[in-house]
Amino acid sequence: MSAVVFARHAMTPAERLRDAAWVAFVGLVLGIPMVGLTTVDAGGRLGVETRFGLLAAVVAAVFGGRLLLRWAIDQARNRKLERERASTATAADRASGALKLVNFLGWVALGTAITLPILFSDNRYVVDTATTVLIYVMLGWGLNVVVGLAGLLDLGYVAFYAVGAYSYALLSTQFGWSFWEALPVSGALAASFGILLGYPILRLRGDYLAIVTLGFGEIIRIILVNWTEFSGGPNGISSIPRPSFFGLDFTRSPAEGEQSFAGFFGLEFSPMHRLIFLYYLILVLALLTHAFVSRLRKLPVGRAWEALREDEIACQAMGMNTTHIKLSAFAIGAMLGGFGGVFFAARQGFISPESFVFTESAIILAIVVLGGMGSQMGVVLAATLLVLIPEFGRGLAEYRMLLFGLAMVLIMVWRPGGLLAHREPTLRLKPLQQSAPAKEAAR
Amino acid sequence: MAYALQQLINGLTLGSMYGLIAIGYTMVYGIIGMINFAHGDIFMVSAFIAVTAFTILAAADVTSIPLALTFVLIVSIFFTSAYGWAVERTAYRPLRGSSRLAPLISAIGMSIFLQNTVQLTQGARVKPIPPVLEGGVVLWDAPGFAVQIGWSQILIIVTTVILMSAFTWMITQTPFGRQQRACEQDRKMAALLGVNVDRTISYTFMLGAALAAVAGVMVTVYYGVVDFFIGFLAGIKAFTAAVLGGIGSLPGAMLGGLLIGLIESFWSAYLWAEYKDVATFGILCLVLILRPSGLLGRPEVEKV
Amino acid sequence: MNTPATTTLLSVRQLTMRFGGLTAIDDLSLEVPAGKITGIIGPNGAGKTTLFNCLTGFYKPTTGSLRLNHPRHGEIRLETLPSHRVARDAQVVRTFQNIRLFPKMTVLENLIVAQHNVLQRASKFSIAGLFNLPGYRRAEAESIARAATWLRRLGLEQLADHAAGELPYGIQRRIEIARALCVDPLLLCLDEPAAGLNPRESAELNDLLLYLSGELGLSILLIEHDMSVVMRVSDHIGVISYGRKIAEGTPEQVKNDPQVIKAYLGEDDDEDDSEQRTHAVAGGANP
Repeated sequence: MSAVVFARHAMTPAERLRDAAWVAFVGLVLGIPMVGLTTVDAGGRLGVETRFGLLAAVVAAVFGGRLLLRWAIDQARNRKLERERASTATAADRASGALKLVNFLGWVALGTAITLPILFSDNRYVVDTATTVLIYVMLGWGLNVVVGLAGLLDLGYVAFYAVGAYSYALLSTQFGWSFWEALPVSGALAASFGILLGYPILRLRGDYLAIVTLGFGEIIRIILVNWTEFSGGPNGISSIPRPSFFGLDFTRSPAEGEQSFAGFFGLEFSPMHRLIFLYYLILVLALLTHAFVSRLRKLPVGRAWEALREDEIACQAMGMNTTHIKLSAFAIGAMLGGFGGVFFAARQGFISPESFVFTESAIILAIVVLGGMGSQMGVVLAATLLVLIPEFGRGLAEYRMLLFGLAMVLIMVWRPGGLLAHREPTLRLKPLQQSAPAKEAAR
Repeated sequence: MAYALQQLINGLTLGSMYGLIAIGYTMVYGIIGMINFAHGDIFMVSAFIAVTAFTILAAADVTSIPLALTFVLIVSIFFTSAYGWAVERTAYRPLRGSSRLAPLISAIGMSIFLQNTVQLTQGARVKPIPPVLEGGVVLWDAPGFAVQIGWSQILIIVTTVILMSAFTWMITQTPFGRQQRACEQDRKMAALLGVNVDRTISYTFMLGAALAAVAGVMVTVYYGVVDFFIGFLAGIKAFTAAVLGGIGSLPGAMLGGLLIGLIESFWSAYLWAEYKDVATFGILCLVLILRPSGLLGRPEVEKV
Repeated sequence: MNTPATTTLLSVRQLTMRFGGLTAIDDLSLEVPAGKITGIIGPNGAGKTTLFNCLTGFYKPTTGSLRLNHPRHGEIRLETLPSHRVARDAQVVRTFQNIRLFPKMTVLENLIVAQHNVLQRASKFSIAGLFNLPGYRRAEAESIARAATWLRRLGLEQLADHAAGELPYGIQRRIEIARALCVDPLLLCLDEPAAGLNPRESAELNDLLLYLSGELGLSILLIEHDMSVVMRVSDHIGVISYGRKIAEGTPEQVKNDPQVIKAYLGEDDDEDDSEQRTHAVAGGANP
């Protein structure tokens, strides 16, 4: 019986056929109860509906897809072997090539991000979608600290996002705090939640940690739904004030004695001003996050996170207090999630527990995992893909989470490092160009 | 008093189902040292299969309840085991020997995938089936409150007891059980001694799925409704049960399941029903922090 | 016995470690002199690595004490400390039998991580680091210089910027020793450093150990199967079998001890037995 997912040697066509037939048979068995049969509401009672046509199509697709996949895998392997034989490039060359590519992609992304609202200044939809992408990029960068760098699987990241969003919502609607006053406080609050949660549980092994964080995310959501006096319950909190531009509001008719953004700059009022401002606001927040995380990575604490991910026992043997290191990763990830939440609440003007379900945590995790754990550019790439795919068609939107789930499995099997898996060392003894002969020495 | 007795019955029923699911977690954990994050969704899939099977039987005018139950159990166990097998094959086996994080993530991906597949193919709406087993026995007609045990509750508790005994026998007495325990203790050594480790792991996943399938059928009979999201909470609660009992321990899983069922039903009855899930999560955190080896588990010695 | 002139760095007193029914270490007492190389030998499964695990805080001994005579902090009871404090405060640093590097990080990064506590202090909760203040920059430069020194001494300079996990086995062994040296150890515990090395690499290891102890005055505790290494470099050897010390003395004394000859040279059967016993009882819990 050949492995369903991948085999380690190239296959003959007959083997490929047999393999595909076997996989198609598995697909048939799994498909009968889920695809072939379904229950539908028939006048108050359930009736069975058969969809054998669809089932046949699915099984045929599995068969064909499997054939194609095996063929493609063999081809790719052959090509890779040839390339390795023919190539004279050293590891250092490849590393510097990957670095150049990532840098180039980064500059292109930055350029696009800055010019986008100028090019689409009257297209509400584009600016809105781009803002959503940036929120996910920011959340992805935050979670990347915890999962990608420190290797701690946090399935309840959305809880910190919720803490940020609700802190701002409550501080602003109850106590009249402005966005800029509430931002640091909400971030600190989210970080404290991270520490409070993290302190008892960070000693746990990876999979326990995952399930406890998952539970924590749910606890926060259940409390938000049920504690009506505090959080507004399922109805959430509305009329959350929007951030102002250095005290200038984005309103058509400003309050007595205040000036609006349009009025101050002598512009004609347009609702797009606020959208574009919000866009640049999250862009700045995201870029600050990026600068912060990138710098942290090159500091002792960042290297400690990565070391922790690689081998916790070795860390202890080096005299590192692993609890503190984990806590710092958890707290910083939580803080960044909190910032994201503040922006989310300010942008929507309305929040409810609906926005903080497990699916959100799963999406953010998928972004980190697919992009490449620890890779900042990978997060941008994955966030863009994951937000844009459903925008290309309603049909795709329905399949979005299904595809995310599948992609998480496939990425782990084929490319556990993610789409952009290149890791750049945090420091080098020698600059890149000189280290080429090192490969020879390594042999 | 009568009310408390009723809660006890309800709690035992609920706990039996959690226990059945928890065994799947505990067995898989025992053999590969990892949580099967997709197990809750396997259970959900089995409940959907049960709904379809019951509907087919209703359409075919089968009225014999024992016949119907047997049919539904067999069908559900068969297909659900196939799902269990497939999950192991795609999300776990290719990642054996890679970093700890990778199989966790792939299993979570698998869980998301299963949930959304069911949502897409079976619909997002709640599926109600007509009651299968109605009525019950009044145990105690106390003034103002009659303590009743439903036929479906009797079915669930009896089935669980039978399955648990059969299962314990299988693990302790049969060749498969020996191989399973051998792989649990030392996979490399077991392989050297001629145990087919891959196959044993596959069977373990399938067995776990089969027990989840029984729980899925029972849930369908007991509540009469299923939806694509039931696997999430049931999964976490059953996992809590497995941890509380001591992960890796079969009697522990059952004991944990019963305790969680009882705690949940008493909590709902006397405290705040809306926070019953918080109670479960709270227990999970407390157990993991204070006594990670659970009630019946053995403490783990970390290998350095 | 050790010469009267040397002071005792570590004294292990009546140490016992039980795992369930298995007694891995049974009432073991041992003295480790300062500035010398102490070898620990014994058949497989004799409890050597368990001794290291107790020593470095990974296991809590069932009974007994481990007293370190620290030149600055006085007597430290190692059995009371968590593993990271054994390395940080008591400066007892170890390597692992099954190499534990940070595989995706470069060799240099591995050595810098080993200096985490010094650097972290200099980065002032990362604030000085975030703004790259001079104090932090200086500390970072110093740590790189220190790492570079050890890399040069161990002949690893050319490989500094390579991912540690991709390098050959023998080199990884050396990296692990270099990394341990970067923690600034008072007592360096090496768990089978010669395992998997070829004869040339073994000879280089000998030189390195003699240099560390002779020139730098470092105290070394060495578990080793390769007799050519142990007998050549050790000043003092303890022999353990079935968790008990069966002999102690200079390499010459140990070599001629009838007990040792019985446990070791009498011979292969014994080794196999002990291995099987460990497996059967502990299910592999005792590495």
